[in-house]
Amino acid sequence: MSSEPLAIETDVLVIGSGAAGMYAAIEASRGGVRVFLVDRSLIGRGGATVMAQMTVAAALGEEVPDAPRLHYDDTIAAGRGLCDEALAQLLCEDAPACIRELDAWGVGWARKDNHITATTAPGHDRPRCVYVDFINTGPAVSKTLRTVMARNKDIRKAGDICIVDLVAGSDDEIAGAVGWHLGSGAAVTIAAKATVLATGGLTRLYRRNSASLNMGGDGYALALRAGASLIDMEFVQFFPIGHLAPRLVGMDPIMWDPFRYKLGGRLLNGRMEEFTSRYGSDEDGKYVLPRDLATYAIFKEVEAGRGSPHGGAYLSFEHCSAAALRAAFGPVIDRLAANAIDLTRMPVEVAPIAHYHMGGVVANAQMQTELPGLFAAGEVVGGANGANRLSGNAITEALVFGRRAGRSAAAHAKKHAKTMARKDLRAADMRAALDLVGDGSGARRDLNTASMIARLQAIMADDVGPFRTAAKLNHALAGIATLADELGERPPRFAGAANAFDLQRLEWFDLRNMLIVARAVAQSALARTESRGAHQREDYPKLLPAWRRHQRVLLAEGALQLSGAPEQALVS
Amino acid sequence: MSTVAKLKIRRGSHGEPARWQTFEVPFEPGQSVLDGLRWLRINKDPTLAMRFSCINANACKECMIQLDGETVYACTARLEPREMTLTPLPNKTLIRDLVTEIAPPSERFK
Repeated sequence: MSSEPLAIETDVLVIGSGAAGMYAAIEASRGGVRVFLVDRSLIGRGGATVMAQMTVAAALGEEVPDAPRLHYDDTIAAGRGLCDEALAQLLCEDAPACIRELDAWGVGWARKDNHITATTAPGHDRPRCVYVDFINTGPAVSKTLRTVMARNKDIRKAGDICIVDLVAGSDDEIAGAVGWHLGSGAAVTIAAKATVLATGGLTRLYRRNSASLNMGGDGYALALRAGASLIDMEFVQFFPIGHLAPRLVGMDPIMWDPFRYKLGGRLLNGRMEEFTSRYGSDEDGKYVLPRDLATYAIFKEVEAGRGSPHGGAYLSFEHCSAAALRAAFGPVIDRLAANAIDLTRMPVEVAPIAHYHMGGVVANAQMQTELPGLFAAGEVVGGANGANRLSGNAITEALVFGRRAGRSAAAHAKKHAKTMARKDLRAADMRAALDLVGDGSGARRDLNTASMIARLQAIMADDVGPFRTAAKLNHALAGIATLADELGERPPRFAGAANAFDLQRLEWFDLRNMLIVARAVAQSALARTESRGAHQREDYPKLLPAWRRHQRVLLAEGALQLSGAPEQALVS
Repeated sequence: MSTVAKLKIRRGSHGEPARWQTFEVPFEPGQSVLDGLRWLRINKDPTLAMRFSCINANACKECMIQLDGETVYACTARLEPREMTLTPLPNKTLIRDLVTEIAPPSERFK
């Protein structure tokens, strides 16, 4: 590759432009600093936020009395003993202020009788979850934050930027990153006084998932390679009733959740029998089943030969009138009709789908990671939700943690009087990353990165899904190692001299991150010899009090080191 | 009986002469054009450049292309068992294959 890399200088670098990254950028600029916001996708269009069709939990107390303390209690209970209490507390306490600020910015929360109305998502003890009709929460949040940013000259934005690695400065603090621009293939260095990771989760590791293409766990890999630790990587949340069949285009597979909030609906097995009572929760037409139990119940029915034709369960709204469906979901009913789905006459098939990651980068309640100069926000942060996230807390944490991270990053940046420039980045770090971006001279060109990603997704879905055994996890780790060998250490030369939008090259960098993150999930799952929340070991089916602790993962000389397991070897 | 969709795709980067390539992809009723393009990259030609993010939700609006001369979202346009001509958006700067510069100027890298 040619010429000098392009050099950017800023006060605060924010990586990722979902709600967490955009709120961080807005808040940092309010702190009086310049911000550079980058995304691997386009600004405000990738990530999880724009896809979020459900609700946002906050103890507003406008319809019924509520308090952050009550929201906190529900969050802790859902987390099966593993929530980081300081993070959970921040989440619940700051949620109402963020919801009201978005309201003031015109997001359009659904209202009734002049106040913001809320619904009761499973696991909440009262109506606490606000939304934007119709099934438009995420897009509305995204659009609102983008609009607020558009008025702000201190926030510079750039989509189509693939970040390769974080880079330390001369004082060992994280001082920015090296990446490349997809559109031109050009290398980019970004020198920053503070950096915020807001890259979201890892659901792209799984075959059936509910997130965008840029959710391959980039932030976890960036943090690991920079020397930070991750916690709770074994806890991948599966959303139990992701759409399975018939084929439905133009709708997020998570769409049935809002239908259930408003209309209840009946979950049935392949024999059209209600079955959740067999697994400890009788739904009785209401939507109360927590996600981990619902996922378990559907998997077990399928395993027992009582699944729906495509290997899931039926979800039926046949008891609802056309008028009731229309009143609750308006134009969405027409989109279903365009897919030949008439809910008054037929059930749909649903099955668990990878949805969210509870684990992630270690951060304190100021969103400061273990590495000075590096902050984290949103789903990339580990610990707030323990072993199982409560419905409605994901966008909440994006907003709350984003706002807090932006504030902390701005304060950190202001401590540096002098401008940060490329010369301040540690030469060895920068050279290593730039070498990767500029490399591609000798290697093969025939690597099918698209099929390698599909193979990884199959491995993760088949062997590192919600139900795990040592044999399956070891099988997965072997498969991941094979893929890592194929990938190699250096990106191959793919598209020749013209480097414009070289998707194979991008996928090589994606896989470099995805494989290390997949390894972190599988190794953590293998080490946790118990079952808790989203992590269910068929060979260790019991929840063990001695395991009420976080596991940490660190990268040391290419190997992942785990710590935190209880001292005594435990048997189930 | 197995049926196929034929995707005739305009290839090439900005400033290069256009190349046309036709691929056959398996057809199943209900699939989207994006399903066909993703199958194609995994099974036939990973060098094909296209822009997409949310895959199925029609939330990101990144997969806009032209199908038989009309602007569509690849994720909601249905695959059909016939020849379908796919081209990049004509009113945006071409980057490569089906990818064009669709970000507003203030959200681009400059």
